[in-house]
Amino acid sequence: MRISVQNEFFDFSTEIKNFSATLENIGALVTFTGIVRGQKSQTLDYMVIEHYPGMTEKQIHLIVEEAFKRWKISDALVIHRYGKLDPGEPIMMVATAAEHRIEAFEAAEYLMDYLKSKAPFWKKEVLNGEENWVESASEDETALSRWQ
Amino acid sequence: MVDLIYFSWIRERIGKSGESIETSATTVLELIEELKKKDIRYSEVFSDLGSFRVAINQELADFDASIVEATEIAFFPPMTGG
Repeated sequence: MRISVQNEFFDFSTEIKNFSATLENIGALVTFTGIVRGQKSQTLDYMVIEHYPGMTEKQIHLIVEEAFKRWKISDALVIHRYGKLDPGEPIMMVATAAEHRIEAFEAAEYLMDYLKSKAPFWKKEVLNGEENWVESASEDETALSRWQ
Repeated sequence: MVDLIYFSWIRERIGKSGESIETSATTVLELIEELKKKDIRYSEVFSDLGSFRVAINQELADFDASIVEATEIAFFPPMTGG
């Protein structure tokens, strides 16, 4: 398991390569990367992500541990950035490895659903110089009900 | 003494990222009522319980949770990670 909460840019192909290099006896590797939208429309100047240092890492750890309990996965990776992010930049990624694809897919979806509404991050969008906090979508918290 | 921490628009509207306070409140709800009496910024921010969340000692908590053992209480809007 590797969890990284970082300001620095990451290259997802390098991360996937490093993650998969340590794995043995797996048959499935699922990855998801979230990207800051708006690179073509040029409506978004940039995004700022605030987080709760200390709690963020703990909370992600709990979420990943729960995924390990629920699915037979061999390893998991979570990277989530904070700070100022430009359109087109990666925000976060998850990767899961398992013997079979169902476990890898479901665990990755579970991680995504919980990171969205149970990890202490707050996104602010800056559009044409105007700042707006991104409101949580009610379907994000509803999405958790399918795992309960 | 307990440390209060504010995030996102709660931090912006209260005008500070946190503060240390003395409180006789025993639950989050009692603390919120106490804060609302401080001034209008607090009473506005905490007027709608559906609009924010709370963590006690860096763990998500309910509004009726005890804060007797709390050293750090954070208030923030619903999270928008991912």
